[in-house]
Amino acid sequence: MIQTFAFYLFAVFVVASAVMVIMSRNPVHSVLWLILAFFNAAGLMVLVGAEFIAMLLVIVYVGAVAVLFLFVVMMLDIDFAELRAGFIRNFPLGIAIALVLLAELVLGIGAYRAGAITLGTPTGAAVQLIGASNTEALGALLYSRYLFLFEATGLVLLVAMVGAIVLTLRERADAHRGHQNIGKQVRRNPNEATVMKRPTIGKGIDL
Amino acid sequence: MIGIEHYIVVSAILFVLGVLGIFLNRKNIIVILMAIELILLSVNLNLVAFSAFLGDLTGQIFAMFVLAVAASEAAIGLAILVIYFRGRGTIAVDSVDRLKG
Repeated sequence: MIQTFAFYLFAVFVVASAVMVIMSRNPVHSVLWLILAFFNAAGLMVLVGAEFIAMLLVIVYVGAVAVLFLFVVMMLDIDFAELRAGFIRNFPLGIAIALVLLAELVLGIGAYRAGAITLGTPTGAAVQLIGASNTEALGALLYSRYLFLFEATGLVLLVAMVGAIVLTLRERADAHRGHQNIGKQVRRNPNEATVMKRPTIGKGIDL
Repeated sequence: MIGIEHYIVVSAILFVLGVLGIFLNRKNIIVILMAIELILLSVNLNLVAFSAFLGDLTGQIFAMFVLAVAASEAAIGLAILVIYFRGRGTIAVDSVDRLKG
């Protein structure tokens, strides 16, 4: 009972905030509604026992992606009213295509319920162990059978990070003033950098 | 009782809303990127729901991979957006014609 109530609560909130994401006039509000949508989707995932993915969703999306969106929206000085010019004109076509798509998806679900589609059955090789928590079971699977895919994902993230930095790095005209010159630092050796002196007591030294 | 159909319906609605967002905000590439995030969220919801109801953890593993790809896609997309704005002073998608395509 409480599970059903929670499901409908989260589902209504996730759909409503998704509507607000695409409808709101101000992109900052869109980002905030997107954060609400992610939180409620995480709630839906907790309800079926996938708590690790739910927490990952909150950390990665709300903590990183949404903040990135927020930074970009606030950093760029854009006239958002001008960008909304075609909104009303595109509305009928967009609604029509969305309704067709939704009808097709619901027809697919109806066909599944009527027995026309059989889902693939799991082999049983990735069943969650009795007594193991969701996180534990996911880790055991991820670091054994999907180890290569996991490392490839790390490579994808590395390339994305390098790409984002390289794309946005700006070489200023005065970049070399007051900045580190690594070649010059490496070429320097102790003989030309330091001088050994043995000063006598009571006298200064000439440099 | 909540079955898998409930989850599929929610994620189908979410997917359609994402596609609708791409159509409605055709000029504003920031909202288009957010709509793509919504679509990927619906895919994740679907994967997790099937994984839970079929008793197979592979779906949740794939949801993690989708998450990683979505994060890197957002980072690269926003980086391209920032350098485009630096060069042109606008982000209207229909004025993107530098490649003369």
